[in-house]
Amino acid sequence: MSVWDDLPGQSAVIEQLRSAAEAERPTHAWLFTGPPGSGRSNAARAFAAALQCEQDRPEDRGCGTCHACHTVLAGTHGDVTNVATEKVTISIAEVRELITRAQDRPSSGRWRVIIVEDADRMAERTTNVLLKAIEEPPPRTIWILCAPSPADVMVTIRSRCRPVSLRIPPAEDVAELLVRRDGATPEAAGYAARVSQSHIGVARRLAHDEEARERRSRVVSLPLNLHSVSEAVVAAGRLHDLANDDAKSSSERRNAAEREQLLTALGAPETGKLPASMRSQVKQLEEDQKRRAKRAVTDALDRAMIDLTTFFRDVLTLQMGTSSELINEQIRAELEQYASNTTAESTLKRLDAIGETRQRLATTNAAPLLALESMAVSLL
Amino acid sequence: MTPAAGSTRATRTAGNVVSWRAIEPAPVVLITGGEEFLAIRAMERIRHQLRQTEPDVERTSLDASEYAAGQLELAASPSLFGEAKLIEVSGLSSMNEDFLTDATTYLSSTVPDVTVVLHHDGGARGKKLLDAIKAGGAPVVECQPLKKDAEKVEFVNREFRDARRSIEPGGAQALVAAVGSSLSELAAACSQLLSDTEGTVGPDVVERYYGGRVEATAFKVADAALAGRGSLALSTLRHALATGVDPVPLVAALAMKLRTVAKVAGARGSSAQLAREFGMAPWQVDNAKRDGSGWTPEALTRAVRVTADADVQVKGAARDPVYALERAVTIIATSVNRRP
Repeated sequence: MSVWDDLPGQSAVIEQLRSAAEAERPTHAWLFTGPPGSGRSNAARAFAAALQCEQDRPEDRGCGTCHACHTVLAGTHGDVTNVATEKVTISIAEVRELITRAQDRPSSGRWRVIIVEDADRMAERTTNVLLKAIEEPPPRTIWILCAPSPADVMVTIRSRCRPVSLRIPPAEDVAELLVRRDGATPEAAGYAARVSQSHIGVARRLAHDEEARERRSRVVSLPLNLHSVSEAVVAAGRLHDLANDDAKSSSERRNAAEREQLLTALGAPETGKLPASMRSQVKQLEEDQKRRAKRAVTDALDRAMIDLTTFFRDVLTLQMGTSSELINEQIRAELEQYASNTTAESTLKRLDAIGETRQRLATTNAAPLLALESMAVSLL
Repeated sequence: MTPAAGSTRATRTAGNVVSWRAIEPAPVVLITGGEEFLAIRAMERIRHQLRQTEPDVERTSLDASEYAAGQLELAASPSLFGEAKLIEVSGLSSMNEDFLTDATTYLSSTVPDVTVVLHHDGGARGKKLLDAIKAGGAPVVECQPLKKDAEKVEFVNREFRDARRSIEPGGAQALVAAVGSSLSELAAACSQLLSDTEGTVGPDVVERYYGGRVEATAFKVADAALAGRGSLALSTLRHALATGVDPVPLVAALAMKLRTVAKVAGARGSSAQLAREFGMAPWQVDNAKRDGSGWTPEALTRAVRVTADADVQVKGAARDPVYALERAVTIIATSVNRRP
């Protein structure tokens, strides 16, 4: 048992972090990079646990059994701050607060560790605020930033951090983790690890949630049912609705509860109009919720488009005759037929169209429905 | 509006509906409807009429949304010199509970020499109070927005007639086409023409004052582009941009029109069937069928893609949103086989 157990396929990174945790004075700023689902934030948390571990001998750090390890992994350790956002970006106000926090001495552990899980979700202006704090942190503060790739954070931040790059874990390792930790059956785990392309979080959901599997197979078989512009536009609309419903159903109850809580905390009158002073706070909450909803929709659509990409990836694999393993092995017959009816050139064009739409939805304020329609008609 | 709808409304508001041009002071006057400009006109008319009989009428303005209990009674209570009083209450559509209570009480015991004008700009708030006022026989002025061009032309004609002047039908139409989107702007244009010109106003005079200005909405641009009228679409686009339409809704209008056309394009079935299937109204399906007659699947694909490109471009991906729009409109208009 150790804190490193749940990082499948990352032995090189584990070695690097373990020796860093043993050191008397580890580097003060780290940048964890790796594709989504490779376990960046888990690695960051494991590293934080190893840094705070209470074992006497440095080489034993990261035991996973002491109080510090437990609390860090559970996210309740007082000296480890975890910043993740459910909105589209981390706001400048949140970062300023973080910088103030960074000045405090650790209360019980050896270090004050601040983990920024979505360092790529900061606007340039926000990142600049962080710059000074990362360059010269107080003696006992350690920053850990996580981002999909080093290019996602500004070069000025990148140059101040020590890089740790996680790789895409092999599917077998992910499947093994699902069986061991989450109790999935080996078959379900193998399937989930393969179709999720080793994205650990997605694989876990697919292994456990029948509905998620269903949704995925519907998205993947989408190109098979596209014959006319009309069908493409209707399919795009359905995809859009699906993502919206998904996001809405998960957030509705939570939004109402949060509002209730806020009103209680403010001591709002039970009937009649809210006083102006409280209205602004309720409004703030509603705006936060709206941002969160937008992020949820974008994420759901992004996921759907990644699934769609696997279809054309498989088609291309068949067309090029590389004989490497298919991601969507379960629909091999349909894939082969599709591959023989189209050319590799057109498949690449379709992959480009999906990639472009993904990028538009993630980075610009494009109208989601229109972007999806454009993608769907490009797949014809 | 169809005649049937008009007649049902007339029966519902039983008898005491008065035109804003003919409203006379009464103990209680109710002004309803969303057209702010007409409501202001009606209030001004009441004020004017009162001042003619009672030059030193005392005017009080209240806001029903921030009303404090007792204000209405205070304003209506007789003063030492016994002059007439005019109480104007705005914002009834967001009235608070205090106002509702006080106003209901006041209705049952109106004070002589006091005129209360209530303005409610739509919505369900305070429906009980409105019904009570109507039932009490108070005059009601309905200020609905003028939606159709014919109504606006009628408005222009009345403006000229009230000033004992006249405008030729062609002139009135040209004026509505130029500045008809906002009623206050239209009224301002009328009063400018009235004061600056003499005799009957013809289309040439309107052309001199408001020529070259066309009210263009995003949907007009989209209609022209999808009908394959490239030059009309581009000039309408320019007019729309010049009269303050933002590029983003322009792209949204193009996308919406294209969406309905694309949905209906390949589908078979009756209009009613398709309407159910796509969640549209039957007339929308018919329109889309008509619009879609000149479209091939390839052209539609190209049009949807170029619109999506324009969408990101107007939102910051390109330097020049206007160029992005013009490109999209041109490509869409040249993609369609124009109807004979």
